[in-house]
Amino acid sequence: MLDLLPQFLLNGIIYGALLAVPAVGFSAMFSVLRFPNFSVASQATVGAFAGYAANVWLGWPILLAVVAAFLVSAVIGVIVDEVALRPLRKHGALTTAIASIAGVVVLENVVRFIFGNDMRGYDLPLVRDLRFWDLRIGPQQINNLLIALGIMAVIFAVLRFTRIGKAMRAVADNPGLAELKGIDSIQIGRLAVFFGMGIVGTGGLLLGLGNSIDPMLGFRFFLPIFAAAVVGGLGSTPGAVLGAMVVGIGEEASLLLLSPAYKSAVGFLFIVIVLSFRPRGILGERAY
Amino acid sequence: MVSYLLATLVIAGIYAILALGLNVIWGLGGMVNLGLAGFFAVGAYTSALSSIGGLPIWLACILAMVIAGSIGALLARLTLNLRGDYLAIVTLGFGELVRLIAANELWLTNGSDGISGIPGPWRGDLTPLQFNMLFAVLIVVLVVTIWWLTTNLRKSPMGRALRALADDETAAAVAGKPVRKMKVQAFALGSAVIGFGGALYGHYFSYIAPDLFRPLIAIYIFLAVTAGGTGRPSGAVLGAIVVIAVLEGTRYFGDVIPYLSGVKVAALREILVGSLLVVIMRLRPEGLIPARPTTRANI
Repeated sequence: MLDLLPQFLLNGIIYGALLAVPAVGFSAMFSVLRFPNFSVASQATVGAFAGYAANVWLGWPILLAVVAAFLVSAVIGVIVDEVALRPLRKHGALTTAIASIAGVVVLENVVRFIFGNDMRGYDLPLVRDLRFWDLRIGPQQINNLLIALGIMAVIFAVLRFTRIGKAMRAVADNPGLAELKGIDSIQIGRLAVFFGMGIVGTGGLLLGLGNSIDPMLGFRFFLPIFAAAVVGGLGSTPGAVLGAMVVGIGEEASLLLLSPAYKSAVGFLFIVIVLSFRPRGILGERAY
Repeated sequence: MVSYLLATLVIAGIYAILALGLNVIWGLGGMVNLGLAGFFAVGAYTSALSSIGGLPIWLACILAMVIAGSIGALLARLTLNLRGDYLAIVTLGFGELVRLIAANELWLTNGSDGISGIPGPWRGDLTPLQFNMLFAVLIVVLVVTIWWLTTNLRKSPMGRALRALADDETAAAVAGKPVRKMKVQAFALGSAVIGFGGALYGHYFSYIAPDLFRPLIAIYIFLAVTAGGTGRPSGAVLGAIVVIAVLEGTRYFGDVIPYLSGVKVAALREILVGSLLVVIMRLRPEGLIPARPTTRANI
């Protein structure tokens, strides 16, 4: 059994990198808006199906489907936020979080209404796994990994070097002070939702590329996504990446001991263990 | 038709019991429990399995409460130091964990096929209509009893202390209240009540399966508690009735709008329920038990 460990480790790193994409989106929104937006779970589904429509219905290549997934989930995210969540924010984080679960129900069923409950697959060429030493890796996995790393690099560059990124970090640190400095926090909040949900939708597409997609896709991944963000420290971008790696490798390694049915429960285990020792996650909140 | 109305009444009653349980945790204790479906399932499976195993139904229900309550205490104990938003994520995860176990531990739960043949009180001696009537009366009596108990709890010294700590934990601790112990107790008590609701569900329908315990249940119950407003026990009961009225009212959607498949009708109903929760929250935010105001600006 132990000779499988390197393979699990490799799978875990790839899965962790994919998981990091939606986790970073979730975390970025949390850092600016200060509430856990649970509708991330269904926005991942929205992204996966937007990508499906672009890829299968319109026949676009995967890279263009990624762009479609980003834009559709970003726009829908902003609409949901404007209609349902922003007016509630003054009543506290929990009220808004609960309303965002209502958002999950609505969005998931909109997808179900349009596409039905059936499993669907992307239009991808079948290719043989690459083998080296005793390890196997699919070319699609490598593509996904590269896309995930590319997105991550763009996010870091935007947060680190652009005016928008600086403004977002300022609002995340101290909204009152940022407002005094002439930063429009409502506008920044809107941008955070646009980019956050866009990234989440792209992440949903990447997670769906590996196998079939159905309206429950995002919901199946909600535990690992939230676990990644919480384990690293809510609102911290490096934390979300670190958390995603911990959860991704942990889930794959758990296959040594547990039945695959409990893979997604590993995230829950990590949440409880890490939070028992560090109630604010490994890196703490808002570490940039 | 009479049977349908009685069944609707029973469901409304069970939702009212869940709402009353959530009200103790959320309304009084100020803690969020999005894992409601998990406690509902724990109660349902415990009571179903132990009564099939030969335990009298009333004893099986008590066992369900004890086990759901103990798990609630354990979860609360583990999460004592967590802020509300972290607690929301952990409890949501707990609910999903229970659903995974129910779907995969075939030796115990029979997996996704579910458990059938759960005994109901005097089911063998009564006609189906008589059984429905008996159970409806039983549920009404139980809802009134739990409503009365939780109303008294709210007014009792423990209830007042709980509300104080929901408002300001530090102040309550300074005033010498055993804050941590009380939070665990409130969570355990509420979880036990929710578990009881689950037990009743199984004994009425004689069938349970993991699919019944989707997080959607939590939405329904939060909708009930929110619609009822103020977090008072009467509001929780009233809210449950409103939610069931909406759910049952939309059942006939398919007849009104032609050419829609069953999946599309079901999707439309859930879209409606989700939107309704948002609308009610927008209209009556003061009906919610306020989460402690954050120091962050409201952006």
